[in-house]
Amino acid sequence: MGIVSRGFFGRRREEDVKLPPGQYLTHDFPVLSAGPTPRIGLDRWEFAIDTELGETHRWSWPELLALPSETPTVDLHCVTKWSKLGTGWQGVSLDVLMENVETGAEYALAYSYGGYTTNLPLEDLLDGKAWIAYKYDGDDLEPRHGGPARLLVPHLYLWKSAKWVRGIRLMNEDWPGFWETAGYHNYGDPWREQRYQGD
Amino acid sequence: MPRLPWRVAKLVEIRQETATARTLVFQIPGWPGHLAGQHVDVRLTAPDGYSTERSYSVAAPEQGDRVELTVELVPDGEVSPYLLEILEVGDEVEIRGPVGGWFVWRPDHTTPVLLVAGGSGVVPLMAMIRARRAAGSSAPFRLIYSVREPDQRFYLDELANPDPGLDIAYLFTRKTPDGWARPPGRITQADLTGASTDIDSYVCGPTGFVEAAADHLIALGHAPDRIRTERFGPTGG
Repeated sequence: MGIVSRGFFGRRREEDVKLPPGQYLTHDFPVLSAGPTPRIGLDRWEFAIDTELGETHRWSWPELLALPSETPTVDLHCVTKWSKLGTGWQGVSLDVLMENVETGAEYALAYSYGGYTTNLPLEDLLDGKAWIAYKYDGDDLEPRHGGPARLLVPHLYLWKSAKWVRGIRLMNEDWPGFWETAGYHNYGDPWREQRYQGD
Repeated sequence: MPRLPWRVAKLVEIRQETATARTLVFQIPGWPGHLAGQHVDVRLTAPDGYSTERSYSVAAPEQGDRVELTVELVPDGEVSPYLLEILEVGDEVEIRGPVGGWFVWRPDHTTPVLLVAGGSGVVPLMAMIRARRAAGSSAPFRLIYSVREPDQRFYLDELANPDPGLDIAYLFTRKTPDGWARPPGRITQADLTGASTDIDSYVCGPTGFVEAAADHLIALGHAPDRIRTERFGPTGG
């Protein structure tokens, strides 16, 4: 327990929910991005998976929509302290996209329109843990929240859920992404409060 | 890299900025220093062990063990009402940081800089203005600062006599001072014209403001990778 601040009692959460350490509940959907919101035309949009063997698998927008989709309801935890519970998405599981991808890689680097990158172990993208999401709350995903499509990896802090995702590079070695080279934690598990390097 | 530790921070000075915002100067023994634009995490703990954290931008450059935050009241917030209405000189909170290695300005940068602030988004940009002054930098700076009404401007006295090479333009979205030429309204492309596009831009404010300002800059020919943004939503407590 930290030092007690005189006169602070705090507002107990009305909802009886368990949040990761240091998080507070919000009902809004705040936006955090390092730069301007890129606008990507759907006719030019594509998603790619590049393997460590030099192969590239590509999907156009119609091809992505034609794949079987799921509608996960998940909790979001942002490193800036807010958590939003029970958010509803629609998207394609990475398990579906990876089905015919041959790889022995252990690491993945998601890259986005606009230049953003974020890294995570490949296993964190598989087994029902990650999606390429294109609908939020029943509507097309807004550009400010990462539309037309974003990576959704809700068990890690939200910066790992790359907005405006353009592809995923599979690699034998870990390659730190944008925030991971700017002082944030390499893995980012909210339940272990891995916010910053060294946490 | 070692974990950023929580440090005890004692409030040593309060400056009222507006009716709903004040600058809090903390003394933090062992503070490692920071760059203009970085933020810190503040942790409050209640007697029963309940604690909560929020992030705040630092308002001034590194000055030994002193760390200045400017906090605006978030109605119904959990933390900002405490920091604004209850915390007194001599009281202690915990702070860890500094955090954030992207939305920063380094004093050795000589490139012209455009700062675009919406409301309390001016705080990290003021740290950059003060860092420029402290370093004696001659990098050309321009601040475009949008607020609802004249009396909501932070740092008014300090910005009334700008440093050489610092140009300041205020935008008012709801009510202007008497005789003000620009009618009240949200930021437009015209408000951002005139500057060369060979500049680094820092845009900070509420999401809608940042989205609009960054879109205007891109429409004016600014390269997206030279526009750094920091957004905050209506929450933040």
